[in-house]
Amino acid sequence: MVDNNKFIVSHAPFWHDGSRISTRNYNMAFAAFPAILLGIIYYGMPAVGVVSLSISSAIIWEFVFCRVTKYSVTIGDGSAAIIGMLFGMLLPATAPWWLVILGTFVAVIIGKQIYGGIGANPFNPVVVAIAILMISWKDIFDFNEALINYDFDFAMVYPLAALKHFGVSAVDSFSMGDLLMGKQSGGIGSTFGLGLIAGGIYLIIRGIIRWEIALSFLAGIFITALIFNMADSAHYAGPAVHLFAGYTLIGAFFLATEDSSSPVNFISMLIYGAGAGLLTVLIRNIGVYVDGVIFAILIMNLVNPLLDKIKPKAIGKVA
Amino acid sequence: MIKRSFIGLLKPRLKYGSVAETPSLKQIPIPKEITLFSNCPFDKKNLLLKKKATVKTGQKLLLYKESDEYVVSSVTGQVTSISSYTGDFGLSYTAITIEVSDDEEIDDEFKDVSKDASKDASLEIIKNFLAFAPGNPPGKLFSDKDKSLNTIVVCCADSDLLITTNQYIVKSDIDAIKNGINILKTATGVNDIIMVASQSQMHELSTIGEKINQVNDTYPSALPHLIMKNILGKVVPAGKNPEDIGVCFISAEAVASIGNAFNSGQIPVTKTFTLVNKDGSKSLVSARIGTPAGDIFKAFNITLNENDRIIFGGPMTGSSVYSEKHPVQPDTDAIIVQDRDDIPVISDYPCTNCGDCIRVCPANIQINLLVRFLETGQYEEAADQYDLYSCIECGLCSYVCVSGMPIFQYIRSAKYELDRANTAEATNNG
Repeated sequence: MVDNNKFIVSHAPFWHDGSRISTRNYNMAFAAFPAILLGIIYYGMPAVGVVSLSISSAIIWEFVFCRVTKYSVTIGDGSAAIIGMLFGMLLPATAPWWLVILGTFVAVIIGKQIYGGIGANPFNPVVVAIAILMISWKDIFDFNEALINYDFDFAMVYPLAALKHFGVSAVDSFSMGDLLMGKQSGGIGSTFGLGLIAGGIYLIIRGIIRWEIALSFLAGIFITALIFNMADSAHYAGPAVHLFAGYTLIGAFFLATEDSSSPVNFISMLIYGAGAGLLTVLIRNIGVYVDGVIFAILIMNLVNPLLDKIKPKAIGKVA
Repeated sequence: MIKRSFIGLLKPRLKYGSVAETPSLKQIPIPKEITLFSNCPFDKKNLLLKKKATVKTGQKLLLYKESDEYVVSSVTGQVTSISSYTGDFGLSYTAITIEVSDDEEIDDEFKDVSKDASKDASLEIIKNFLAFAPGNPPGKLFSDKDKSLNTIVVCCADSDLLITTNQYIVKSDIDAIKNGINILKTATGVNDIIMVASQSQMHELSTIGEKINQVNDTYPSALPHLIMKNILGKVVPAGKNPEDIGVCFISAEAVASIGNAFNSGQIPVTKTFTLVNKDGSKSLVSARIGTPAGDIFKAFNITLNENDRIIFGGPMTGSSVYSEKHPVQPDTDAIIVQDRDDIPVISDYPCTNCGDCIRVCPANIQINLLVRFLETGQYEEAADQYDLYSCIECGLCSYVCVSGMPIFQYIRSAKYELDRANTAEATNNG
């Protein structure tokens, strides 16, 4: 018998469960869609413009970087698109075009590619970009001012800013239902609480984000806010406002859970999530910034390598 | 191939294959030529076995001077070539090709020695005649004075997916297993025999009268390290084997081989295995040890095309071969044919830290960090700090890897490289 055929010789296992990075990212886009949709309904074409420009410029930045550094082009994995999408979701609908393009540059190039691309970034690229822009152009991120020309049938107020500047009584007018339905001022895709929660639950069920991080983040916020509220309810708002206003929900389900910058072991994930939640409320309640989610996540990203040291004991390990 | 379920939060449910109520066994006719592999590296100078020597069925063939390595011819015929063969991880074998003659003669050396063998003698017989029998009875282990065995685990379930070989043996040859266990008990003096079986086998095995423990029907619970941990309650220290702590694993097939050999006075020479076709259909096949895979494919009308894959062993832990001539070995429990369109892509994407491997790892290894060290060849650090040696080699990490990284291969090659470095160091110092 003559062996004419050449066979594929490779190593075990010979099966794979078929999961791919691109599928994960497309699912993430799918999960974020309801939140974006409501943003578009409220803010109209400017929101479409910001989100589209954000996604496309993020992809283009990654493409350019890959070409310049002569790496194989990785835009097909959807990672750049997701960065652009999340970045757009955090911006107000009135964000100028140059800010969007600059932001995606910071996110894709400085946040991700210079560390070696996907999987190597120590910080969540989107969070890095937002943090830098927020400090540099804080007027644009003042949602009350930015969205002043919009007139809706609900109070167009950024709850966290109101809370910071006018105290607890200013946020009494927000009912939980209104907050969940996005009847508040904020980023394009970060106000529709119900949509974000639905998307988050979808991602958790699909196993795309780690539920431990999302839930412990929310629990961290809830408990810390509750403690503040119980200590001095005249100064500090109750947990509901903290949970459903600002970047909390998008942070819990889409930002804190970014794969590469968060831990993977059970206990580490709980500490990471709860720590970010705690810091968020601390910054909001006693810090100078209106919203603490971005900085809280950045700080916990920084702690991540340390948290990775807390690992379960491998079987058969001596000592 | 079992894909990730929609609810990705759950662990993958990889169920072990199960055998039909009345399984049929297809006999493959004796081929024109067989090849036997001995674990001994080829060494021309000390070769005992000569070309053109005639051999009989069931004849023990000693290969080298001053070595007790042997193979057992599964056919009657003439040795046509003795050569070197290199397998995975640089393992070298001696390949003995035998051209089959028309009339079969049975060798009776084994009959003479095994008749009325005393207790001590039967241990030696297992070691000296049955190491090449189907299922590879670990004769050497039984008589190894350094490893005082106190428990023998008879594995009636199959350790990898799709395979139903052991289950078939239990269904079809329970008497031989019973007989084999009795011989093992008297020969080794080990009274602690633990049978490990899947749920469906419990009833069949109850006639044996030994302790039976049920093993979970989800991969990888029938791997030796996990049986040790979950059923025997003993954790094998990292980097050690069960036999290092006095537990010997033996497959039901090997026990049946021992039972049959002593019963009939002949060394068993046909191997039973599971053949998995491209469409996933399974058949149980019986062929002489040494039969080339191509002959089996012919008997089943399987046509192989360019870039298909032939796997010897299970889908998670087997190894792929590059030729249709690759022969059935005493430990070949399955041959799987994979169509080129079904072969999953391995990529050079980096780890994205998604944590899926951590969720499935039965050994609690920090794979996301381990793999970063392995990728850059920092094997010592991987072993010292990131539990390389705790790996029980189930392959689940590669199976679920979103990036499609060959993690399992990284782990195996790291162990191999470290082993090689240690050996070289020992030789230099020695």
